[in-house]
Amino acid sequence: MSITSLTAVEIAAKLRSKEVSAVEVTTAFLDRIDSEDAKYGAFLAYDREKAIAEAEAAQGRIDSGDSLPMTGVPVAVKDNISTEGIETTCASKILKGYIPPYDATVVEKLKAQGAIILGKTNLDEFAMGSSTETSAYKLAHNPWDLTRTPGGSSGGSAAAVAADLAPVSLGSDTGGSIRLPASFTGTVGYKPTYGRCSRFGLVAFASSLDQIGPITKTVEDAALLAEATTGHDERDATSNPAPAVSSRELKSGTLKGLKLAFPREMYGEGTDPEVQKAIQASLDALRREGATVDEISIPSIPLGVTTYYIIAPAEASSNLARFDGVRYGPRSQGQGHIDVVAKTRAEGFGHEVKARIMIGTYALSAGYYDAFYLRAQQVRAMMTQQFLDAFKDYDFIVSPTAPVVAFKLGDLSQDPMAMKTLDYCTIPANMGGLPGISIPCGFAHGLPVGLQLMGAPMEDERMLQAAYCAEQLFAVSPKRPNL
Amino acid sequence: MAISLDEVRHVAKLARLDLDEPEIMSLQTELNALIGHFSDIQAVDFGGVDPKLHASNLTNVWAEDVPRSSFKRELALKNAPMSKAGLFLVPMIIED
Repeated sequence: MSITSLTAVEIAAKLRSKEVSAVEVTTAFLDRIDSEDAKYGAFLAYDREKAIAEAEAAQGRIDSGDSLPMTGVPVAVKDNISTEGIETTCASKILKGYIPPYDATVVEKLKAQGAIILGKTNLDEFAMGSSTETSAYKLAHNPWDLTRTPGGSSGGSAAAVAADLAPVSLGSDTGGSIRLPASFTGTVGYKPTYGRCSRFGLVAFASSLDQIGPITKTVEDAALLAEATTGHDERDATSNPAPAVSSRELKSGTLKGLKLAFPREMYGEGTDPEVQKAIQASLDALRREGATVDEISIPSIPLGVTTYYIIAPAEASSNLARFDGVRYGPRSQGQGHIDVVAKTRAEGFGHEVKARIMIGTYALSAGYYDAFYLRAQQVRAMMTQQFLDAFKDYDFIVSPTAPVVAFKLGDLSQDPMAMKTLDYCTIPANMGGLPGISIPCGFAHGLPVGLQLMGAPMEDERMLQAAYCAEQLFAVSPKRPNL
Repeated sequence: MAISLDEVRHVAKLARLDLDEPEIMSLQTELNALIGHFSDIQAVDFGGVDPKLHASNLTNVWAEDVPRSSFKRELALKNAPMSKAGLFLVPMIIED
């Protein structure tokens, strides 16, 4: 088995036993990116020399017995997460050439562990999209079928892991941007409870919803990467004071006696019957292991997409005001301050980003604030309460991660509403700040299907335990893409 | 509820986006499709639910008011498209 098909946990074990060196590991992934990424479009930037230097330093730590769980393990990082000295563009032309002078907290934590920053992954521009097709630089392709999307917005991070270009990666999730691409690529995608992972250094999209998290081959890798990157950070005022997500008890859970709820609203309009079949089969498998799965109703779920497309653009319209061509990025020519700023933004932002800034500005403007923004925040309160009520009776809520499998590139890009409604299963976790995870549970049309688990806030460890058990159950004969 | 072309132009001005006419027209279509969807929350009876602006339950997060080291000036200016005398150069605001 080649190094690049191993999990992070397996790589870490081989590094500790000196079976391979950190430089060999990093070189193997860099070589594979060099030769194969033209097919996948997963990476926007990587710096071979820097990565090798980090690997040499990591090997020094391993040799001196000073290694931590992630020492020497390469990690791909979504390109909306700041990396000191490596271009960070958010897949937007407005940040072309921007070299962050500092590391995001998650990157700082990874470096402190001795992990290797392998490169920056492709995404929808400013993480706005569900297919990575709004990237200003290039398309990303699904390793299971190159004519299909890997999902989005963390499509590059998901494609990199599924195509063995990185053992693990970090994505960000505002309405499903970690979990949806994980579902489309047969990987694990975990969004922590809001506040458990610092957002310092994550280029803000919708600050009340954004959360960084892992995309990996296994739940165990997701727990490992979460443990290394979460925990309190005083530089993010919304950071939760709780300690980092612990992986210590990961394997001590059981499915026996677990009380699961399936909201019937999660089989909404447009659910692919084949996806529904795969989900039903996995729920039956969970029942056979002693879990109960009750069908319940959470009536606010169908309102999620509307609510999201008011709140997220409203916050984005404010967050993206900072891109004015003064402190970073290219500046356009014009007459006077307002004209220069307006031309810089019109030329620098892509169409989808402009559309979202417009809708957000509209929803917050005089006369519409009460009708749109305030009502959306009331739906958010109602939805959160309905989920919290369900968690009084149930351990976790299960659902498909997405109503469909990976679609063909170009199929939905002309129909913005169809693309936007794909997130209705994932949006509630962002609205309520809940932890959510997508794990591969089966196939439809020969393509991966993800099962989503959502837990009550701060139930990350227990949710990972349950996901680990479910993964062992589903992955009896793990199928891999034909790379 | 629908958004007129003039409203699109006005919102673009508020958002500091210098859009050309074809883009204004295509955004009008897209925004109207979205706003059409927004009607589904207009009919909801909230029964006095307070709006929830955030998923976090934290309140009053304080930090000690102590000076900390920050970027060196050259580093902070490194990404600026225009700078002069160690300062960011902004587009002219007041005509001379």
